[in-house]
This record gives sequence, structure tokens and C-alpha cells, in this order.
Amino acid sequence: MANHSGHSGQTSSRITLRVNGEEYTLTLDHRVTLLDALREHLDLIGAKKGCDHGQCGACTVLVDGRRVNSCLLLAVAQQGTSVTTVEGLGDAATPHPLQAAFVERDAYQCGYCTPGQLCSAVGMLAEVTAEAGSDPTTSARRSALTRDEVAERMSGNLCRCGAYPRIVDAVLDVIA
Amino acid sequence: MKPFAYVAAGSLAEAVDAHGGRPGSRYLGGGTNLVDLMKLGVERPDTLVDLTRLPLDAIEETGDGGLRVGSGVRNSDFAAHPLVAARYPVVSQALLAGASGQLRNAATTGGNLLQRTRCSYFQDISKPCNKREPGSGCGARDGVHRDHAVLGHSAHCIATQPSDLAVALAAVDAQIELRGPQGLRTVPATTFHRLPGDSPEQDTVVVPGDIVTAVLLPPGPAGLPSRYRKVRDRASYSFALASVAAVLDLDAGRVRHVAVCFGGLAHRPWRATITEERLRGAVPTQEAVRQAVEAELLQAQPLRDNGYKVGLAKNLACDVLDTLVRSASA
Repeated sequence: MANHSGHSGQTSSRITLRVNGEEYTLTLDHRVTLLDALREHLDLIGAKKGCDHGQCGACTVLVDGRRVNSCLLLAVAQQGTSVTTVEGLGDAATPHPLQAAFVERDAYQCGYCTPGQLCSAVGMLAEVTAEAGSDPTTSARRSALTRDEVAERMSGNLCRCGAYPRIVDAVLDVIA
Repeated sequence: MKPFAYVAAGSLAEAVDAHGGRPGSRYLGGGTNLVDLMKLGVERPDTLVDLTRLPLDAIEETGDGGLRVGSGVRNSDFAAHPLVAARYPVVSQALLAGASGQLRNAATTGGNLLQRTRCSYFQDISKPCNKREPGSGCGARDGVHRDHAVLGHSAHCIATQPSDLAVALAAVDAQIELRGPQGLRTVPATTFHRLPGDSPEQDTVVVPGDIVTAVLLPPGPAGLPSRYRKVRDRASYSFALASVAAVLDLDAGRVRHVAVCFGGLAHRPWRATITEERLRGAVPTQEAVRQAVEAELLQAQPLRDNGYKVGLAKNLACDVLDTLVRSASA
């Protein structure tokens, strides 16, 4: 990083971001969030800016496989991480199983929150698997998720259209 | 947001040096509160010192039956750790009652304890707030204060401490380890946050340049029945209107150890020492528990619109203690 010491008072840095398996090197003002870097600098507009305060989850992406609010992460601090956005989950020809389940269940209305819901659900299912650890009943643990538990674990993603019942259906389809 | 310099610290010493105790310096953990406050203009740092590359992310056994949790451990990892969940259920439960899955994945242990109040006057730079701008007044006292303090508030500030984790840590008598310009020291979780008095701008005992390096969970309460219960405006993903963390141990039907701590009621986690004193050595019948909780809450000084919190906290504490009595007797 150009500004490792910071004592220069420099307010931008040349950084490399790894997103959906591709590396991008760009010079960014330190104020740029990961969400704005994705949308405004890399033209990856899947992650959405809803509230921009970490309250709605529309900006959810995976960083090193963990779901996070990209609106609250500074891009400069993401050097060395691996970011996955909804574009990296799958595409129309080869959708991720959750994307296919969302289509099948019609788990959205306006669709604005959907990229965040998808990334969040992928991260959430990985958390359930990790919590079960090497327990041989991991798959049983996953399939034992109740509607209430899915709703609680997905509470960081708001849907103003109120498509929650079908979002939960789609998530449960994938773990069934 | 004001432009700022960014330093990815390579060691604790480098971090302390880069911060320099200067008023414009801030340490960066997960950033879930700090970056938000920078967007709001409440925080206007000129230098951010990123601590997330430091080796502060371990959870280790201390040898005496306790645990040492690094300040960089993310809230989700802290909550899910098998030794934490097994020995200190109240701590896991408190962590999982806070924020959302996404925020818990980013937020660090140190940052959780240092997060600022969610008082709407503090977060709005067009409003008066003695915590944000000492001497400007308190907009909440005669304004919108339904979520605010009923215990220990002052004429200058009625804000509440927002961390669920801090409430559980106070209940298990955790210690907070700090590394600062003067070296290493530990502070009890019960006195880490302060009451507002006439200096509400100071949330904690942390001085400029200090880094929270670890939380130490003591062996005493390990394995005892414990519970965290939180009431909020919706079922998930909201700050506490009132919460209770409690630990209870019985010996032949009498209380051997009890710790009760309220969240959402004050500028710091509120250890219910009067309740504890009354219950210690007593047979914890529902009536004894109710009287002990009521004795604590006699100190409450509710404001115009938050008197409901007193009854809510009473019901909550009685329920949590009665539940723990049943599980300790079983």
C-alpha cells in the first residue's frame, strides 16, 4: 500500500481488491466504502445501497466467505481479502441453488433487497455448518432449522415489500 | 465525511505510536459504529489506525479455568466459541441478542465495548448534545427520551450504554485489558463504563491512545446457570429497551452466588447490588426475588416518557431469576 505509514497525511491509497476471483488495482480515497468501490468503481451494481447505515442489509456481500454490510467497511481496509458479490454467486445460465430457489418461490417483489438476501443466506448457511463443526450431524443440524430460526438469522435483511415468508421458503428449500 | 489518513498497524507498539493520543486519531476495528458515525459527521477523525491486522483474534484458556478473549475476536466468533457457549452462556446469549448476523461478523469485541450511545440527539449534529459537544445542552431531557436512562443519569446526559455484551461481562465479573501509552492495565467490566455526571463526553475509563486488547472471563462463574434476556421494539435486530444478565448458584436451596445486571437503563451496565445483597444466603422464593428486585429499582428516576422501563425491568429480572432458580434446583 502506498500509504503504509500514514504519517504523510495522505488521504488516498493505491490498493488491490479481489472480487469474484478477479483482482482490481485502483487508487481510492480512504473515505470510499467497499459498497461504493464495488458500485461506482468496479461497475458491480448487484449490491445495493439501501440505508447506507448497516440497518437494512441490501449491501450484504461475502468477505472471505462471511456475510457483512459492505456500506460500513472501508475499501482501503479490505486489501488482502476476497470479496464475493451476488454477481459471483452465479448467473442466469448457472444460478446458485439459492438463486434458483428464489426464482422458483418468487421470493421477492421489487427485487431491491434480493442481492443482499442471497448473499446473507449463503453466509448464514455457512455459519450453521461451521457452528456444527465436525459434528457428523451437520446436515441434520442444517435441515433442523425452523422457520423462526431462519427468520432470526436473516433479521439483518429488511424487505420493504414484505416477501419474508417466501424468502424463508426459498432458504428452507435449499437446505432440505 | 472529512478526508483522513489510514494506517494499517503492524504491531501494538506501532498502533499506539501512530495514534499518539491525538484528538483526531481513532482506532479502527470492524468499523460498524465508527464508520457510521463518520458518515453522520459525529466522528471527524484525521487519522484511522487499523487494528484488524494485529494478532488480537484468539480465544485462549487462561489455565485457571477462565478464558482470554482477544479484542479483535469478531462478535459472531466470540458467541459461537464452544468454551464460551458452554461456560458462559449469558455471554453468548448477549452477543447473539445484539445487532444482525452481518454486523456480528464484522464487529470486534473491543469495538463492541466502545460503541457509542444510539441517543438520537447524539447522532444528529444539528441537535444539542453534551456528550457530542460538551456545554451544548441535552436535547433529550425534555425531548424524545422514551429509550433513555432511568438510573444514574445526570442533568447533563440521560443516554444509555448500548452494548449487550458489556452487560453480560459485568454480570460475570470480567476484566477488560487495556494497553496504552502508560503500558498494560486491567479494569473490571463493572467500572469500565462510567456514569455521565458532569462529563458525559467520557463513556468509559479509556484514555486517548488506549487499546482494548482483551476481555478476561474469570473461572468463578464458569459453568453456573446464567441467562441474558432482552426486550426491544421488535423481535430481533434492535437495541434494548431493557435487558437483564444474571448468574445464579444455589447451595442446599439457598443462594450461594448471584449476579444481576441491567442493560438499557443507564449510562453503564447497572449491577443490581442491592438485589444481590438481599438474595445472597436467602431462599430465593418468587416473593423474595420480587422484593429484592423492587428494592434495587426504588432508585429509579424515570423521565416524562420512560417510566414503563421500571416495570419492564422488574418483570424481566424476576423472570430471569425465577428461571435460573428452577434450573439451579433441577
